[in-house]
Amino acid sequence: MLDFPRWKVTAIAFFSLLGIMLALPNFLSDEQLENVPGFLPSKQISLGLDLQGGAHLLMGVVMDEVIQNMIEDKRLNLRDELLDEKINHRIVPRGERLVVTLVNEEDRENALRIIRSEIIKVGASITSVGSDDIIIEDGEGNVINLTLSEAASIEKKNQSVEQSIEVLRRRIDALGTKEPIIQQNGTDRVLIQVPGIKDTKELLKIIGTTAQMNFHLTDLNLTERDINSGRRPPTGTVILPSYEKDANGEPIRNHAIKTRVMVSGEDLVQAAQTMDENNQIAVSITFNTKGGKQFADATRANVGKPFAIVLDNEVISSPNIRTAILGGSAIITGGFSSKEASDLALLLRAGALPAPLEVLEERTVGPGLGADSVAAGKVASIIGLVAVMVYVALSYGLFGMIANFALAVNIFLIFGILSMFGATLTLPGIAGVVLTVGMAVDANVLIFERIREEMRGGKNVLSAIDAGYSRAFGTIIDANVTTLIAALILFQFGSGPVKGFAVTLAAGIFTSVFTAVSLSRLIIVMWVRKKRPAVLKL
Amino acid sequence: MLLKLVPENTNIPFVNARKVAYLLSTLLIIASIGLYFSKGLNFGIDFKGGFLIEAHTEAPADISLVRSLTGGLGLGDVSIQTFGAENQILIRIEEHPTLSLNEVVLLVQTTLEEGVNDTIVFQRTESVGGVVSGELIQSGIMSVLLAVGAVLFYIWIRFEWQFGLGAVIALVHDVALTIGMFSLTQLEFNLNIIAAILTIVGYSLNDTVVVYDRIRENLRKFRKKEMPDLINLSLNETLARTVMTSVTTLLALTALFFFGGEVVHGFTAAMIWGVFVGTYSSVFIASPVLLWFELRREPEEKLAEGQEVLPPQYRE
Repeated sequence: MLDFPRWKVTAIAFFSLLGIMLALPNFLSDEQLENVPGFLPSKQISLGLDLQGGAHLLMGVVMDEVIQNMIEDKRLNLRDELLDEKINHRIVPRGERLVVTLVNEEDRENALRIIRSEIIKVGASITSVGSDDIIIEDGEGNVINLTLSEAASIEKKNQSVEQSIEVLRRRIDALGTKEPIIQQNGTDRVLIQVPGIKDTKELLKIIGTTAQMNFHLTDLNLTERDINSGRRPPTGTVILPSYEKDANGEPIRNHAIKTRVMVSGEDLVQAAQTMDENNQIAVSITFNTKGGKQFADATRANVGKPFAIVLDNEVISSPNIRTAILGGSAIITGGFSSKEASDLALLLRAGALPAPLEVLEERTVGPGLGADSVAAGKVASIIGLVAVMVYVALSYGLFGMIANFALAVNIFLIFGILSMFGATLTLPGIAGVVLTVGMAVDANVLIFERIREEMRGGKNVLSAIDAGYSRAFGTIIDANVTTLIAALILFQFGSGPVKGFAVTLAAGIFTSVFTAVSLSRLIIVMWVRKKRPAVLKL
Repeated sequence: MLLKLVPENTNIPFVNARKVAYLLSTLLIIASIGLYFSKGLNFGIDFKGGFLIEAHTEAPADISLVRSLTGGLGLGDVSIQTFGAENQILIRIEEHPTLSLNEVVLLVQTTLEEGVNDTIVFQRTESVGGVVSGELIQSGIMSVLLAVGAVLFYIWIRFEWQFGLGAVIALVHDVALTIGMFSLTQLEFNLNIIAAILTIVGYSLNDTVVVYDRIRENLRKFRKKEMPDLINLSLNETLARTVMTSVTTLLALTALFFFGGEVVHGFTAAMIWGVFVGTYSSVFIASPVLLWFELRREPEEKLAEGQEVLPPQYRE
């Protein structure tokens, strides 16, 4: 029992020191950390939002609307193409389907040809050509049934989430916070974490703007009187209020807008404040290729007429088309002040959400409360640790002191592991550390009690220690595996702070088995070798 | 002189008290179920959905003003209380049928900022919508069931099925009594409590497994001993450790309870209760229930094939 192979001693010492080294950066201030030489670890544990303050938001993309919009786009597109070929028909949406009813049955072949030409491949990759976005189902005589394909709907949903993330990132970055996390969560959700944010109200506001932006043509057949009469406008036209409000909060005017989208706001890639040729303040807009082409077609056919930029069912601007705009970029003039122009540019840049977002979950913690929690956690940990150590020392004497040393190393190791993996420490996580302190001594308790028993059974010091360690080991493993199972399940199913608890609990299980079994044994063996005690005070 | 809470060579007939323990536990479980169905649990917003807004003012807060301001918003049931100090306010609001989560939070915050004649700082807001709270309930129940199942499986593999069943009976007992405690005290039952329950499951098992390990060992050592005596012996042999570990864990938890702050209060309360219940159940429930099942004593020759070979001095 006394021969502890050299490699084992080295390994135990190495891991203990490594753990301590990894944990040390957490005890340094930021300036001190700057001066740490590069080869030494400098990673700190990151504090969870509950400890450093910040906001956590779970947003859901309203997918019904995404799909409905997609169907509607398709419907309008097909309608125009069929009308261009002089095919009289009716086309109506039914859930995720479109039903085309032809006036003349003999147009069927022609109509099918046009519909097929409008089918787009989606989900194409290196390994597959992709699949059709619309599936033509059999219909009788003059009826053609079309269904949105599974692949198209999946791709659209993914795109919507990705675009929402982009828009949210731009909006949140505009707040100037540090390192916001904005990521996809499940198929239709976005998780936002903004650490250290002071004004959560601003965040809630910009996130709450579930704006959708599109470019529309205006309906010039309606007079000002028609628009303000409150009567229902003809099909294909809606009356929308202006975004600008008067002193009473009423819109300054109403607009008659064609419901058909001329260019989607998704296709706008840039908007900025600029100057026009007459040195008037203006806003420049740039579309991507698809948007540019649509914008060119629309402007060519509508020179001299106004179009409208509609954000969240309000008209933010209604400029006149002076000339056909073929290059995909244009400027909007309109006697803006500098503030108005930059506001409009910001609205345009950040405006286009592909679908409404709803807040599913929102948690914010002010920085003051987080700091209080850290302080409370520190106090509780230290008091708990000291109480446990005193009790262990009183119960096991010298052996207790060795167990306490192992416990202290254990705490460094926990922090070392958490730092190494860049884990997040939460308040329940601190509770996990304190709990581990209480439970970590269990392994040593099992060993020491076993040694006591073996001594009562008449064994000499050496074989009692040996038997104590080897017999308690199986029990220690069984006992810790069960707790580990609970920790793993917590990690899998828990969210946020609870996950943090599971992480520290699991880390504590590994480190406590190591320190209580290997490290304490090494120290005890070294002590026995040196002192050769005839009886143990245990 | 070393501190020993448990004297050496105890011989407490734990198993003989099993009838009393079964009766007591059955009554407590029935009471817990009764409480659960009559009083219910004080679900936090994690599971119920709704809003929680924590704020503090400079001077002691004018609760009636805050109440009338928030009450006038038409947000349904609003509860307002102070906690800790006079200037700390906790506002709870039910989920709103039409307004979105952030709209409600903004509405309450602006109304109070404008209406209260004092600087008001919002320290914490939590809003959980119905979709998420439903999911949290589901994953909470799932995780507890899964933990119990996984543990049953592990003990079945490591021991015998009888031990696994005994451990699970003790676990169900612990979880039931913990839920009963939360129903009785009406402490808030939230996500952290699920974490606490799973930790109790881990802790209680830890205790149970240590005793079971000893029972298994003694089963091989003492081939002719009567089962109740054998279980008693195992319990007494591990008693010092059971008490020691409970005390160290309780020491750490007590420190957390008194100094760890408001947020971990419910969690530590649950854990402290769980340590008592878990310790009790591994001694008085998990071990005696083994008598219900025929524990197989491995025949001599099978042992010789060597699952765990014990030195001769351990054989009777």
